[in-house]
Amino acid sequence: MDLFEHQGKELFARYGLPVPTGEVAFSPDDAVAAACRLGLPVVVKAQVHTGGRGKAGGVKLAADLDAVRSHASGILGLDISGHIVRRLWMEQASDIAEEYYASFTLDRSARKHLGMLSAEGGVDIETVAALDPDAIARIHIDPVDGLTQPACRQWVRAARIPGSAADAVADVLVTLYGAYVDADADLVEVNPLTVTSGGDVVLLDSKVTLDANSTFRHDDYAQYDATQTRDEREQAAHSKRLQYVGLDGSVGVIANGAGLAMSTVDVVNQVGGRPANFLDIGGGANAEVMAGALEVINNDPAVRAILINIFGGITRGEEIANGIIEATRRVDIDSPIVIRLDGTNAAEGRELLEPHLGGELMMEPTMLDAARRAVKLAGAAGGQGQP
Amino acid sequence: MSIFVDENTRVVYQGLTGSQGRYYGLLNRDYGTQVVAGTNPRKAGTDVDGVPIFATVADAAAATGATVSCVFIPAPGVPGAVLEAAEAGMELVVVITEGVPAHDEAFLFNKLRRDHPDVRLLGPNCPGVISPGKCNIGITAGHIAEPGGPVGIVSRSGTLTYQALYELKQQQIGVTTCVGIGGDPVPGTTFVDCLAAFEADPETRAVMMIGEIGGSAEEEAADFIAEHMTKPVVAYVAGVTAPPGKKMGHAGAIVSGGKGTAAAKMEALTSAGARVGQNPTEAGELMVEIVASL
Repeated sequence: MDLFEHQGKELFARYGLPVPTGEVAFSPDDAVAAACRLGLPVVVKAQVHTGGRGKAGGVKLAADLDAVRSHASGILGLDISGHIVRRLWMEQASDIAEEYYASFTLDRSARKHLGMLSAEGGVDIETVAALDPDAIARIHIDPVDGLTQPACRQWVRAARIPGSAADAVADVLVTLYGAYVDADADLVEVNPLTVTSGGDVVLLDSKVTLDANSTFRHDDYAQYDATQTRDEREQAAHSKRLQYVGLDGSVGVIANGAGLAMSTVDVVNQVGGRPANFLDIGGGANAEVMAGALEVINNDPAVRAILINIFGGITRGEEIANGIIEATRRVDIDSPIVIRLDGTNAAEGRELLEPHLGGELMMEPTMLDAARRAVKLAGAAGGQGQP
Repeated sequence: MSIFVDENTRVVYQGLTGSQGRYYGLLNRDYGTQVVAGTNPRKAGTDVDGVPIFATVADAAAATGATVSCVFIPAPGVPGAVLEAAEAGMELVVVITEGVPAHDEAFLFNKLRRDHPDVRLLGPNCPGVISPGKCNIGITAGHIAEPGGPVGIVSRSGTLTYQALYELKQQQIGVTTCVGIGGDPVPGTTFVDCLAAFEADPETRAVMMIGEIGGSAEEEAADFIAEHMTKPVVAYVAGVTAPPGKKMGHAGAIVSGGKGTAAAKMEALTSAGARVGQNPTEAGELMVEIVASL
């Protein structure tokens, strides 16, 4: 789950980390009222789940209330890499002397947490990594030991953080690592981590991604789930607890298991079509789940044909066939459906489906054949799937 | 022969009294697996369809000689369950449970490596391991696998594994062992661990490897294949056309350093000498060719 900047900062504040004071605003009026409470000058910041806000004109400094109103009006509704700005973060302007970069994430190869720290913050860190890799100090942290004070101090020295700020930065980083672990974050990134002319450390930005698997021990994470960026199709699928990713083609895909669903999307592409989505209905394929999946796909106006690719393991072919038959009865489908059913008791399942075939429901023996037929149908129906 | 588990393996199921544990535990027993015990601290002394329930894994091991544990405990209890199994001397702990937080997985991996280096963890979020005809631990449908050899399978994906087993069975090609390592960020057992075990197993003469986008496990497997594998490897990687998933911010992009895409993984595996199929069917056909030429 991706957090907005302000959600990340509010989370940091709960761990006692130094962040600027601010307020959320949803309209220019909100923004002006917030600025009055915070005191001028303020920074008006677009809240979107993507980077590059500054370059896109999504972050502005306002010295007076007229500027607050005009910046807020300009930024709300702005399209930043496909993300429309719907909320602002209004923040007291900070006095910045130094800008650093800090992050914690899981290094899957090393199977340890990875901290990255650079004295060259405030800019695109990927550019720093490409031009001067030595400017980024890395530390691998064993999750059993955590980030100790001595290790952190050494890391700060390696990052060439000036001696005057080093101790304060190290203290903040130890706390930030604690927050990263305690909050079950996949990523915590602060760019810039600033030091004021008075020597105080302030976390001026936040990029936080939380592990959705950890919600059982974080009751408050439902609030973040509610603010995820999803298109209408994804929102509908999410409410049915289906694993769905929207794509931009014309062949709707339903498969059981993430690997098979990914593989089905690949095969649709390989035979010259364009998948409309990735949809994993999980291990079984009962009528309830299948009907939900068909509803979501059917509501996508770009879909011209539907490919159902099911491999029965523990779930038998007859159960799967009955699930498909029942689901097609419940949902009024607009597009032709091509089924590939294989695995346990596939022959029995196909036999059950046989009387229902013809017209809009058809069956193919293999994944490739089924993909070819669905792609052809999508093309014939005037979609973009024609090879 | 087979790797990790065989007909002599005695298994205790942590969570046998739950609905999933009971369902799959008894299916595994029907397959022929020696399901010797279950655990539940509140139900010690009872049984599940004749399988005795003990309070702890240590009690179960002492009474039944179990050396492998299979975990069906809900995600919040997984770290405790795995450490309990390790402390009770289990050689292998198979965690089927999905939804375990990545931080717990990272902690468990390092804790086991430090305090219990001889314990192998498989999973979490994996379908389990099957040595066809001998032992099936987890949620794989046993009857779709042909016993014997010469193929060993290791996979990150459940359904694609079943499909591979099934296609080989259609061709009457046997499988020594099929290991589902799971697709989570920090799996206890990796491709490299399984490739090394298959390389050392005299009855396995070819290996099928099924990967996915994300992480760098396939690239690490490619390095291992290039340096250490004498046996032929057929590989398939799902997700060639998947849109870039949730990019883990700049930090993630830097860590992965361009690794992680299906194209990069397929290229690494091809350069390492593996035969790479463009789809599961093609991978199956490549394996048929290789087995015919062994």
